[in-house]
Amino acid sequence: MTTVTDKPRSTDIAARDWKGPWRRYDIVKEGVIAVVVVSILTVLLAGLFSSPDEPQLTFQGWATSAPDNFYATAVQELAGTSESAGYGPPYNTAADGVSIGPIAPQQWFGVTHPVDAANDFVLTPLRSQQQSADVTDALATWDGAAADQQTSWATDYDTALTDAGGDLKQIAPGDYGPVPVLAQGLTDMAAAGALDGILISQGGFYQTDFTKQILFLGDGSYLDDAATAAHLQGNTWGMMNETGSYPGQAWLWLYSFWYQIPTFNSDNPDDYLTSHADAVIFYIMALLSLILLLLPFIPGLRSIPRWIPIHRLIWRDYYRSQHRT
Amino acid sequence: MDHTYQLAGMNDPATYLDLGWLSISVANLVVILVMIVIFLLAILLPFPKDRDHS
Amino acid sequence: MTTTHPAPDVADSSDTPDGGTIADSTMWTSRLRRAWMSKLPPEKLLPDRQPAYVASWIYVFGVLTLAAFLVVIVTGLVLAFAGPAWYHTSWLGHFTNSLHFWSVQLFFVFMVIHLWGKFWMAAWRGRRAMTWITGVVAFLASIGTAFTGYLVQTNFDSQWISFEAKDGLNAVGIGAFFNVTDLGQMLLLHACLLPLVVGVIAVWHVLLVRLRGVVPPIDAVDPADRADVRTDLLAARPDDTPVPEARP
Repeated sequence: MTTVTDKPRSTDIAARDWKGPWRRYDIVKEGVIAVVVVSILTVLLAGLFSSPDEPQLTFQGWATSAPDNFYATAVQELAGTSESAGYGPPYNTAADGVSIGPIAPQQWFGVTHPVDAANDFVLTPLRSQQQSADVTDALATWDGAAADQQTSWATDYDTALTDAGGDLKQIAPGDYGPVPVLAQGLTDMAAAGALDGILISQGGFYQTDFTKQILFLGDGSYLDDAATAAHLQGNTWGMMNETGSYPGQAWLWLYSFWYQIPTFNSDNPDDYLTSHADAVIFYIMALLSLILLLLPFIPGLRSIPRWIPIHRLIWRDYYRSQHRT
Repeated sequence: MDHTYQLAGMNDPATYLDLGWLSISVANLVVILVMIVIFLLAILLPFPKDRDHS
Repeated sequence: MTTTHPAPDVADSSDTPDGGTIADSTMWTSRLRRAWMSKLPPEKLLPDRQPAYVASWIYVFGVLTLAAFLVVIVTGLVLAFAGPAWYHTSWLGHFTNSLHFWSVQLFFVFMVIHLWGKFWMAAWRGRRAMTWITGVVAFLASIGTAFTGYLVQTNFDSQWISFEAKDGLNAVGIGAFFNVTDLGQMLLLHACLLPLVVGVIAVWHVLLVRLRGVVPPIDAVDPADRADVRTDLLAARPDDTPVPEARP
């Protein structure tokens, strides 16, 4: 026998057991029909439209289609001027990371995935395979130099290369040490396909963490240009989009929206909201999610359904039957 | 890679509608419009009456 | 050889109607069973009737969402069985991926329409705040689950999404332990942990709907409150027995 827990007779009718009229309801049949309908729809859509699968980018692709940009990025990794090299936590301590006033979780959690751009992206890969004589000599020269000397060679060459607009023939003469040869050696390795394999294995056997590859790939323009071409940049609603002509993630429209506001993506890197956009927008979205979650308790917001009475359409049969009495 | 099942052009870059600050792909716009239409139909279309048991 | 023992003929261990014994009333098992059966008896768990006001097509979007979730899980299991690289090189793999992709699109379409409906019905009324809250948590958890799915495609999309997303997550410290560029971590979260989380929340959500019943219309009137209750308001039920809770 089932026993009843008698609910106190509350003034809130919505909280009471329904004592009014009922109708037939076959819950199992409803569930089965729903599964059949959704399965058919899914098969139709998959059969008609297939799904996106843009091939992955490789370092070989980068070094063969945009060798100048790869070369320049390799120089930046050695100089410590690339985005990865100067990122900060969780990769390194080159920067402090983003903080909003005293709230600095990026700093608090520290370096949990250490990345040393110069070594991880350039020097270790070069050392890991047989190189030509000039690259071998360049490595020996680099290893034999003091850290300050290494830094000044690399930063001087980075500056000169930037000033020359990336054109190796226009580089001002200067003391750049082994940096040009190292950068060329890495470019040649990448063009031959060797760099992809070496970055995957990273001196080991099994590997499932692609942090270093993604950071290195993103330091140049190859990944960025491909994203721009596919309309995936953050300031063109990219967060909502998919490659090809496929629907993307329409449910991310509100998260994507904030990145369209000029204050969050101005060209001025000193602008507070631009430089802190990621953190500020995340906190905004967290707050909005909390508001959605706690809607039943928020006066005003929870009354919107009463003020805009769409429910009178949904329950029109019930209200009509009430009116008749 | 076999693409027999796709309509021609699904892997081509999408058409984007740029209306000032808004830039939306045709695919996403279609999804959103279809959702709105389905919602309106759901609340407007009559629901089958219960079988009479009186 | 088995021996059967007749029920002992003592007052403090006589059978109760639900098959227990009075001595069971202190047992956790029987106490749990009684609590469950009083709150969610079979008639409430698998009802064959619902209030007459549940008569709109907007009400089917909850079950459509659940159905889409089922298709997502099944297609996901096939993809998981064959590994994350299978669909790049196999025709059947690509088709399975397409099924998974479109069922996810349908899942979100139905869930959002369900959310719109429940908002305009103010469905959190009448002690149903937890139903609303579990629904929103399920929505957010689903977005997170889908996000990890995009990250484990092992194609250009994954490369770009992981590269971009890391900045937002790093800026708030989450990147320190949720590494979107770590395929191994994202794959296990996507295939194991997060679907389980969404599933558990969805079950909790559905049980709450069964427990509280479908929310009555805004400004609904309880016939018992009306001084002039007319019998034609109370349509005959499929059978003449009283409401389930009191049925022996």
